[in-house]
Amino acid sequence: MKSLERYFEKIKPNFEKGGKHEKWGSVFESFETFLFVSSKTAPKRGAHIRDAIDSKRLMSIVVMALVPSMLFGMWNVGYQHFLSLGTDAGFWQEFIHGFIKVLPIILVSYIAGLGTEFVFVYIKKKEIEEGFLVSGLLIPLIVPVDIPLWMVAVATILAVILGKEVFGGTGMNIFNPALLARAFLFFGYAKKMSGDKVWISGLEKGQNIIDGFSGATPLSQFAGATKEQIADGGFKVFNGLHHNIVSAYDMFMGWIPGSIGETSTLMILIGAAILIYTGVASWKIMLSGVLGASAIGLLLNVLPDGLNPYFELPFYYHLVSGGLAFGIVFMATDPVTSAQTEKGKWIYGFSIGILIIIIRVFNPGYPEGTMLAILFMNAFAPLIDHYIIRANVKKRLKRLKVKA
Amino acid sequence: MSNVIKIKRGLDIKLVGVPEKELKEITSLKSYGIKPTDFPGITPKVVSKVDTEVKAGTTLFFDKYNPDVVFTSPVSGKVTAINRGERRRILEFVIEPDGKNESEVFKKDKPENLNREEIKESILKSGCWPFIRQRPFNIIPKPEITPRDIFITSFNSAPLTADLNFIVKNDFSAFQTGVDALTKLTDGKVYLGIKAGEISNQFSNTANAEKYEFSGPHPAGNVSIQINKIKPVNKGEVVWTLNAADVIIIGKLFETGTYNPMRIIALAGSEVKHPQYYKTLLGTKLSDLTNEQIKNKDIKKRFISGNVLSGEKISENDYIGFYDTTVSIIPEGDNPEFFGWAKPGFGKFSLSRAFFSWLTPNKERVLDANLHGGERPFIVTGELDKVFPMDIFPLQLIKSVLIKDLDLMEELGIYEVAEEDFALCEVINTSKIEIQKIIREGFDFAIKELG
Repeated sequence: MKSLERYFEKIKPNFEKGGKHEKWGSVFESFETFLFVSSKTAPKRGAHIRDAIDSKRLMSIVVMALVPSMLFGMWNVGYQHFLSLGTDAGFWQEFIHGFIKVLPIILVSYIAGLGTEFVFVYIKKKEIEEGFLVSGLLIPLIVPVDIPLWMVAVATILAVILGKEVFGGTGMNIFNPALLARAFLFFGYAKKMSGDKVWISGLEKGQNIIDGFSGATPLSQFAGATKEQIADGGFKVFNGLHHNIVSAYDMFMGWIPGSIGETSTLMILIGAAILIYTGVASWKIMLSGVLGASAIGLLLNVLPDGLNPYFELPFYYHLVSGGLAFGIVFMATDPVTSAQTEKGKWIYGFSIGILIIIIRVFNPGYPEGTMLAILFMNAFAPLIDHYIIRANVKKRLKRLKVKA
Repeated sequence: MSNVIKIKRGLDIKLVGVPEKELKEITSLKSYGIKPTDFPGITPKVVSKVDTEVKAGTTLFFDKYNPDVVFTSPVSGKVTAINRGERRRILEFVIEPDGKNESEVFKKDKPENLNREEIKESILKSGCWPFIRQRPFNIIPKPEITPRDIFITSFNSAPLTADLNFIVKNDFSAFQTGVDALTKLTDGKVYLGIKAGEISNQFSNTANAEKYEFSGPHPAGNVSIQINKIKPVNKGEVVWTLNAADVIIIGKLFETGTYNPMRIIALAGSEVKHPQYYKTLLGTKLSDLTNEQIKNKDIKKRFISGNVLSGEKISENDYIGFYDTTVSIIPEGDNPEFFGWAKPGFGKFSLSRAFFSWLTPNKERVLDANLHGGERPFIVTGELDKVFPMDIFPLQLIKSVLIKDLDLMEELGIYEVAEEDFALCEVINTSKIEIQKIIREGFDFAIKELG
């Protein structure tokens, strides 16, 4: 390690002001600080001791929290694939199949995204911002497995440029870049992002698929379900080997079709525990999101039945299905695009929870509402903060008036 | 005492090198220095040129825009140098003592026998005025404005700071005299912030002041926090603030009729062999204290005039700052760490639990001056609120300063804060933003705009 350090010290002058490769200075610096925590010390005046946390550490904790969902997603891709073929391939073969399917998506996302970031590092002459370390893993986890790789690349590049860099980079953006990438795909290439065929690898091609296998996600099943099916507490989803019925338990564990990383509520909860324990993400947003979704779920239950069989769905089914858990834990809590005041976080999270269920249940066009709900509330987060801050300002003005 | 206020949000950082309560007097020093740069917003005009003979209390320079505010020599002797920096900005006045210990003569009387104008005149002429600072903007107040109230804090809560209760030990009567003098300068009250739960706290015996006890972590000892809890500053109001150590010097002025800026300074930090207190005068050179007191010379050191949260980095041959009763010495920490951001980090200090050091929260740590990361835009939200115990939104206030929106700064409470109140915010900030500097720039901007 010492020799690497010495090498960097040796080539550094080339990249400094007046050096041969001066233009590449910011790119060099980005690499250097990736390898070494910089030797920069506190300025002359100010705080001389600093917390060990920095944005690299922050982002790497989020990446760590995503790993359980990612690994489970890889296995589930294989599991669903062999289920559709009607064979039991065993854990390792299933995992390897999924690994081979998912890894290219992750690589494409990182290469496209980081490539774009480095272009901006070069243009802006600023050290790279680490935000994409998280976005780069989030994007693969919220797309269907059979998505063409070029679409991932296009969506990622668009998300980095239009979602982040045009606003000034990490910390300045209004919308969550990863969700924006998904929104591009969803509205641009709807065929590849919705329906019953896209969620399981190989299903679109349709070779060797066993008869009657549907591949639909639980959410699209709910939307078309009859009252009787709801009352049964489960749905015939596919002629699987282990499970004929998708139960809340199945959805909690995650062996259901869906976007790569979103299916297992259990794995997402492990990630949530890491985020909450380290203090990296706001538990207030997560809790209020779940409360909001539960509240509206329960409210729908007490509405007169007959309006829509979907109303009868037990509220906890909403919490474990679709992208709700993944969205609330990993997307809604993005500190840059969520509400910034502590009170505001409660309102923001709660609203997301409510909106997700409303879009799911009342909008037949979209089986899932998580993406739209979070993007919608991203746009409203500054407004929420505005009112919280105005209340504080008013208090201060009132103090002045009381005195006068 | 009934007024106890509990501060909930904040942080006590436990560091190695807390000063022992031992006092060593150091005398016959070769030079003293007064630095105009210690007073933000002051434009110095030289009175005592090089080679002028001065006494303790003789004016060295005054503020161009407030000529009544003068800055005086701490000792009798001769001005040997006026060192200047870029664009001939005056950095320091160096005074070589002559050992005669002469002082200019001021009114010697009990403050109760003097009227407001007489007290003001003594404080101004002796050079004690700069010990007083005001909210808003944490600057030396204009003499013609009478403050609403005066707030004195009698304890430092930042890590490794001098224990004022130890400093006041033999000078309590002078402190009381100082308080008596200050009561004459306001139509309101003199408030005294006291650390709660201390046995034999001498400040509890103070008369003529409204006493409030504060408990809880740093920044409980910061006077802004105390003002915010007792009687917040509103737009258009001016309050004065003082540190108890400086009140002692004002008290001595009236007890002796001379300017006697005695300082008891805590030499603290992990790089000091035997951290303890030193009795000396204002404007002492750091090397006069550190003499043989520095550990292992091989490790690069950072010398801080003041505390580790908001002091100023100086060299060993610089003079200690005007307001500082603490000098901290910590490792500089300018060596790169391979993949440092990815390590488990058992020994690292962090408010978050992103490192495994949360296993040992009460351990006294050796921290260096490394930033542990590069500067980024604000990313994390809610972290600053955890260490900012006022009813103010710190992040939003900082951002209002960054966009230079004076109305917004005013609405969000810029009049109630000082730089030091944001010190902990700066420490724990993930994006490594120089928050205290931003706040100071906000003050300068507001002063300029408001005229």
